[in-house]
Amino acid sequence: MKFLRDLLDKQKPLFHKGGKLENLYYLFEAGETFLFKPNHTAGIKGTQVKDAIDLKRMMITVVIAMIPCLLFGIYNTGHQHFLATGQTAGLWEEFGPKFMLGLQLVLPIVIVSYAAGGLVEAIFAVIRKHPLNEGFLVTGMLIPLVVPASLPLWQVALATIFAVVIAKEVFGGTGMNILNVAMTARAFLYFAYPAQISGDQVWTYLGDKTPVDGFSGATALAVAYNSGVEGESVTTALNNHNASLGDGLYGFANLFIGWIPGSIGETSTLMALIGAAILIVTGVASWKIIVSGFAGAYIMGLGMNLFAVNEYMAMPPEYHWVVGGLAFGVVFMATDPVSASQTEYGKWIYGFLIGVLTVIIRVTNPAYPEGIMLAVLFMNVFAPLIDHYVVKANKNRRLQRATV
Amino acid sequence: MSKTIKLKKGFDINLVGKAEKQLGDFKSAKTFALKPTDFIGMQRPKVTVNEGDTVKAGTPILFDKAMAAVQYVAPVSGEIVEVKRGDRRKLLEIKILADSEISYESFDKFSEEALKSLSREDAVSNLCKSGVWPQIIQRPYGIVANPEDTPKAIFISAFDTHPLAPDYAFLLEGEGKNFQAGINVLGKLTTGKVHVNVDGATQVPEIFANIKGAELNKISGPHPAGNVGIQIHHLDPVNKGEVVWTINPYGVVQIGKLFLEGKYDASKRVAITGSEAKKAVYVQTYMGACVDTLVEGNTKQDHIRVVSGNVLTGERINRDGYIGFYNHQITLLPEGDQYEFLGWMKPTASRLSYHRALGLLSFMKPKKEFVLDTNTNGEERAFVQTGVFEDVTPMDILPVYLLKAIMAEDFDEMEELGIYEVIEEDLALCEFVDVSKHPVQEIVRKGIDLIQYS
Repeated sequence: MKFLRDLLDKQKPLFHKGGKLENLYYLFEAGETFLFKPNHTAGIKGTQVKDAIDLKRMMITVVIAMIPCLLFGIYNTGHQHFLATGQTAGLWEEFGPKFMLGLQLVLPIVIVSYAAGGLVEAIFAVIRKHPLNEGFLVTGMLIPLVVPASLPLWQVALATIFAVVIAKEVFGGTGMNILNVAMTARAFLYFAYPAQISGDQVWTYLGDKTPVDGFSGATALAVAYNSGVEGESVTTALNNHNASLGDGLYGFANLFIGWIPGSIGETSTLMALIGAAILIVTGVASWKIIVSGFAGAYIMGLGMNLFAVNEYMAMPPEYHWVVGGLAFGVVFMATDPVSASQTEYGKWIYGFLIGVLTVIIRVTNPAYPEGIMLAVLFMNVFAPLIDHYVVKANKNRRLQRATV
Repeated sequence: MSKTIKLKKGFDINLVGKAEKQLGDFKSAKTFALKPTDFIGMQRPKVTVNEGDTVKAGTPILFDKAMAAVQYVAPVSGEIVEVKRGDRRKLLEIKILADSEISYESFDKFSEEALKSLSREDAVSNLCKSGVWPQIIQRPYGIVANPEDTPKAIFISAFDTHPLAPDYAFLLEGEGKNFQAGINVLGKLTTGKVHVNVDGATQVPEIFANIKGAELNKISGPHPAGNVGIQIHHLDPVNKGEVVWTINPYGVVQIGKLFLEGKYDASKRVAITGSEAKKAVYVQTYMGACVDTLVEGNTKQDHIRVVSGNVLTGERINRDGYIGFYNHQITLLPEGDQYEFLGWMKPTASRLSYHRALGLLSFMKPKKEFVLDTNTNGEERAFVQTGVFEDVTPMDILPVYLLKAIMAEDFDEMEELGIYEVIEEDLALCEFVDVSKHPVQEIVRKGIDLIQYS
């Protein structure tokens, strides 16, 4: 490593003030600090030793937590293709080809997302003269996981660039943004290119093959919603869905594990929960938001049951946890420390309302079958308001004490 | 009523190199210094001696033109050898070459009986002219108290929870009589109570256990339970417009000695701590001692940092620097100015972390003592917080909001969020655990300065 270090030290003056490449200093810094933990020491006054954590380590922890979702998503993409085109029915048959097909589809999306976002980050770092933001390590992985595998790559790039510029950089970069960057990317796609990210046809990659007879690419959410319209019990509708391809494809167990069509990383509640476990054990994400998010969805689901006027409203509340992307959104999107509520009490309220809103949007709004995206963005906007009242309560306690 | 308070929030930083409870045998320091920079809030320091003058222990050598009644005095007798100034003639150190035998200025002496009838005015004037007064710190702001104020209460934290902190029972061994006398004098200064706060988790040292004329409160919990600011917050918080005073037990003893013996006695025990100290023991010396005799030949390696005070709130000094006025401890640490290949993702169990993010394994050994160097372990970044500041601040205060208010220089907001209740040390742990490596303590002082001088 000495060789690398020497190389860096030799090039360093080029990037320092007065050097030829002075403008690219922050790019150099990003590369250097990636390779080597810097030699900075504590100041004269103040804390003389520092915690071993840094932002890079914190962010990479989130990326690691997403890996189960990613791997599952890759395999599931292949599996859904094989299932829809009638090549195999068994879950673990043709493991290799399925995985390879998934990889072929998913990997380019991941690469494009990182490349496009990284480029924007780099340009802004150079122009605005701020360090490269490690937050993009997370965003660059989140975006691929919330889009369908069939999405054109140019749309991935466009959405990423839009989100990083509009949702983050215009506010001043990581730490300053109001909206969750990845959710903004998804919302952009949803409203700009609805044909590629909604409907029944986009969730399963078919390629040049034709699907088998009786195949419907509808997501579990769409099935649930339609059953409400048609007056058939949701659980029955789900159980009967695509019955020609196999039994219980949309049964609760399959929904929970995630063997269903959907965005790459968000079909599996199980994998999201594994990610949640990693985030909670490492303390990187707030368990309060995760727990209250799930609780909010369940309680709202129960409430809907009580006043059910159609079958969708009567759907057992635990189904809300497993159909669609609620679990993924609550675990990875809602807990983004920058756009979430920042006070401890606020986190309970914020998470809870995300769960509640998701269910309301799902059940009552025909235009948006998935509610988590809008719920998270909506609560991102409201998080400062929640915090405002929590902070105000703190101030009032102090004020009352003074006047007693 | 004495109170018992159990705190849960906080974090103990366990380090290698706690001082053994014995006095080490070191050559005594030749020079001693008074550092005006130790007195935060000193506005216009004025030196009243010249190089070459001879002084006794207790001879005034410095005062603040903004608070002229309070004298700052020589800790030892000897010759003023240097008045050191820095940039823009900022006064840095007044160095004294000590006599081999210390001679003392004499001040009014009282018997224990006579102390009872001492008037407040006499007590204050005696404390001010003898140089003991600067031991008394005022809250809000954490500056030397103004003798014209009357505080609503006086707080003494009789234990220190900082990393490698010295043991007060050993620091003040045999000073029970002086401590009691000091408490008696302090009782005259306030209309309210004098609080002596001891560690509720261990047996109360004899010197504090039978104290009269003060409330004995038991506080327990991880650091910063020993910080007087935290204790005030839970016992009798400072509101806007109120003033309380705090004083270290050493200062109480010094007050006692002043009144009982009529002299300014600056002798103190100092703990030599830290992983790089060969002999981590206590040493008997005087305030402001030069550390060269304690450091030379007493280090395991050469590339070290000498800290006056502890690793959370201390100050880096030279190997021939001087112990700070308020410090009872020096810490010898390995300097951490080395690069580490892929250091940000390497798993490590040897670097202490409050966090448990990927590869930070120190949480599995909560009792382990760590060797930490001075590396910052990362670069400064924007605030991306996850509630850890709240977890290490056992007060009903929202540290992140307070810090942001200070950065935005929003006066109303700072006030409402509790700037009057904190000084640097109370939020020092936030600086330690901060992912984004902000100079939290510096920010806090900036906020206090803004409020104080506007």
